[in-house]
Amino acid sequence: MQTFDYLDHTTTSPIFERIVKRMHLDLPLLLALVLLCGIGLIALYSASGQNINVIEAQLKRLSVGFIAMLFAAQIPPRFYQFSAPWLFSIGLGLLAAVLVIGDINKGAQRWISVGGFSFQPSELMKLFVPLMVAWYFSDRPLPPRPLETLVATILIVVPVFLVARQPDLGTALLIGSSGFAVLWLAGLRIRTTFYLILTASACAPLFWMLMKDYQRQRVLTLLNPESDPLGTGYHIIQSKIAIGSGGLYGKGWLNGTQSHLEFLPERSTDFIFAVFSEEFGLFGIIFLMAIYLFIIIRGMQIAIHSQDGFTRLLVGGLIFIFFVYAFVNMGMVSGLLPVVGLPLPLVSYGGTSLVTLLIGFGMLMSAHTHRRLLSS
Amino acid sequence: MRDSIRLKDYYRENLLFSRRAYALIIAVVIFMILLMSRMIYLQIIQNDFYSTMSLNNRVRLVPIPPTRGLIYDRNGILLAENLPTFGIDLIVERTPDLEQTLEELADIIHIRPQDLEKFHRLRKRTKPFDPVPLRLRLSEEEVAKFASNRHLFPAAELTATLTRHYPFGALTAHVLGYVGRLDEYDLKKVDTKQYSGTRHIGKIGIERFYESHLHGSVGHQQIETNARGRIQRVLKRTPPEPGKNLHLALDINLQQKAMSLLKDQRGSLVAMEPFSGEVFTLVSMPTYDPNLFVNGIDQQSFDALNQSIDRPLFNRAIRGQYPPGSTIKPMLGLAALDNEIIARDYKVYDPGWYQLKNDDHKYRDWRRGGHGWVDYEKAIVESCDTYYYDISLRMGIDTIGRFLHEFGFGQPTQIDMGSEASGLLPSREWKYAFRNEPWFPGETLITGIGQGFFLATPLQLAYATSIVASQGHRTNPHLLRATSDHTSNNLDLVNHATKPPLSLKNPANWQLTTQAMVAVITHIRGTANSIADGLSYSLAGKTGTAQVFGIEQGERYEKDKVAVRLRDHALFVAFAPAEKPQIAVALIVENGGSGGQVAAPIIRDFLDFYFTEKSHADI
Repeated sequence: MQTFDYLDHTTTSPIFERIVKRMHLDLPLLLALVLLCGIGLIALYSASGQNINVIEAQLKRLSVGFIAMLFAAQIPPRFYQFSAPWLFSIGLGLLAAVLVIGDINKGAQRWISVGGFSFQPSELMKLFVPLMVAWYFSDRPLPPRPLETLVATILIVVPVFLVARQPDLGTALLIGSSGFAVLWLAGLRIRTTFYLILTASACAPLFWMLMKDYQRQRVLTLLNPESDPLGTGYHIIQSKIAIGSGGLYGKGWLNGTQSHLEFLPERSTDFIFAVFSEEFGLFGIIFLMAIYLFIIIRGMQIAIHSQDGFTRLLVGGLIFIFFVYAFVNMGMVSGLLPVVGLPLPLVSYGGTSLVTLLIGFGMLMSAHTHRRLLSS
Repeated sequence: MRDSIRLKDYYRENLLFSRRAYALIIAVVIFMILLMSRMIYLQIIQNDFYSTMSLNNRVRLVPIPPTRGLIYDRNGILLAENLPTFGIDLIVERTPDLEQTLEELADIIHIRPQDLEKFHRLRKRTKPFDPVPLRLRLSEEEVAKFASNRHLFPAAELTATLTRHYPFGALTAHVLGYVGRLDEYDLKKVDTKQYSGTRHIGKIGIERFYESHLHGSVGHQQIETNARGRIQRVLKRTPPEPGKNLHLALDINLQQKAMSLLKDQRGSLVAMEPFSGEVFTLVSMPTYDPNLFVNGIDQQSFDALNQSIDRPLFNRAIRGQYPPGSTIKPMLGLAALDNEIIARDYKVYDPGWYQLKNDDHKYRDWRRGGHGWVDYEKAIVESCDTYYYDISLRMGIDTIGRFLHEFGFGQPTQIDMGSEASGLLPSREWKYAFRNEPWFPGETLITGIGQGFFLATPLQLAYATSIVASQGHRTNPHLLRATSDHTSNNLDLVNHATKPPLSLKNPANWQLTTQAMVAVITHIRGTANSIADGLSYSLAGKTGTAQVFGIEQGERYEKDKVAVRLRDHALFVAFAPAEKPQIAVALIVENGGSGGQVAAPIIRDFLDFYFTEKSHADI
């Protein structure tokens, strides 16, 4: 564990380091996040057809996101721990409300409007579910007993079910996986884990029946995209062409024909990874994945170094969300997973998920830096 | 146990958490490796496949049709050209208000309701940035009006396409044929790649026969398009290769003369150069305007042409099969001499009829009282039927058939026009195969005067006559003399197939026959003596008057017309000058009556014109 300590001593000047620390930020993580967002802007400039307005809009969102992160980092972990049940309850209430009074947009009921300001409660639950499960286990001896496991499972499954009903499969997947990541980190028995996976598989047909037609179609499309090349398979085929034609070195920045000639749908948002892969090739992908891996490992390292049970579980859950985001997006764009509509974290164009993710990183940094201040 | 207090063991929990965290990291790394292998699979292993797919996505090959070759007559007069015709296309996305634009355009150009209907139908299938044709074939006035108001219509585009045009129209219809819209049937026969941009193809005549020369080869434009098909830029351009120009042996002035001589009559005139086989004139009357067919003829006009009793669409020169009548007598005489059936001084007494042994039937001569003693020359000059009954019977149908076959009867002449009829040279085998009957001697007799089953096309008659004129020289009749390409004015002369000459055992028999044919005109009792006056060149000819068969048809409907159509066909074959022939000609006038009185004067006028023209040209 000592071996990871060198990561804390970056080559930047001590003054700069001190300022960063004073702001409760983690420098390696911050640099990696900024680098990722930079790559995102480069890819977005190409994907948007060199539209500077899109870049400006994304920069504005990033500013909001980083300010929110800074803000979240200032709040001590104790406060998060204290307010977790309240936040979770409010989030759950909003999720229930959205099913009743929510706005319907593109056939899905996800948004709720409060005084001219609309937002997705499911977005909040990405933070509140790991927060809640971490809180639940924070004072209990670990590994959890079966009854505690059951309670935690219910805490996860209820919001997942509500989000899936909207329907928003991608977010449901994220919320569920982050909750279970916390459960796993809390020491869920291997055998129980096995049973849970078995139960989930057994429920698959039930899940299939609950799915909407378009969701089923997406799964079928994944299995054989060529069966409907102009309909639902079009996204996957064009995206695979973009990635595959990129080759080792890529076609070069701004030279991706698949995106510039508009063959690739959703190229600024969910399918931006295909644009990036086409223009920067396998080398570009290796670089991008290395950054993602660095952020995840750095996050897990922070979790391991946390001293109290609440923060390490929270940090573990938050970082796992980030991983699932990245993996599911790259998996769906490359045709490994069905199209569930998750953006590539910090790279795709789009607001809410960006801000949520950065708030998550703010909470993570708060957990890390406040510990350090106390211990030193 | 349930109530026992579990204490938090911080050390063990730390250890547990670390183990779980490392397990999670390992899982993450495994998933990342999985993702990485997927990328390697797509970008390295499948790279070629997806690169091709990407290229096919964006690059489209647009064919550029070649310009069709031109056709000239022997004097360099243009017979088939490509004229620009103008149309108007609309690009829908450029109009703020489509209906208003259409209304405003209607003030300038004439837009019929069916144009509008077609436009709206096409519009639904066309992308808004692609032009949709609104009007085709604008008049010059419309073009001028539109050009001066062009700035008012940013969405409208004047389009120019080259359309085949035949300046002489009906005059060349039966020679050149015409081009028409490429249809599915045509596409089965041609290389579809070569015709990918082509809209017209030769349907008939020279246009069809020399399609491969005239068409040229297609060019290509590589264009980059986006996902919606909008053209982004041109990547590469391979220009098309225009078709070759054809230089025909046809003389348009002679063609014109022949047509004006036939006027309202039905019939055909074919003239050719005996030694080279070049066809100067090929007329079939009545005729039609080939320009009607280029962009599709309307049903009404087509029905009028197709259902006309005069059959203007029927090319009589190469497809009309007529009993040749007495025009074959010179060849038949040569057959008898060459097969040593008769000697040059062989004589027959003609009482006005001929009778077979054991048969009461009298085979009549055309002259009631008969010709008296008839020798070889007199038989041709006066066209004595009895003489030919006699020698035909002596030869037998097999010898007749064998010898006349050498003159090209009963087989296509291989003229470079296609869809030629082969006529009918009857034989025992033919009759047994098609009628399931044996050959009767009486049928040999009437074959000997070019009647009965015997059928020949005007072209076959002209060819056979040119063989007599050239004393056995045989070159397939043809229209194409030379080709040239668009870059140079050099003519590439075309060689045509020749057959080994027809040689007689005694070549002097050629002269004997030619003399007799000259006497047909010069002799006072010659059947074509009426045209002898003031002849400035030596002319050898033979008249023919063919009886019309197939009376039954149409008799009930139009009695007075049928009566006309029951009359004999008038025929005349000739060559001149007799001693050194430059032109051989065959003429048939349907239901014209006597060959000597109707057909021969036309040939006289035609040849007079030919020699006058020629002397002008020589000066």
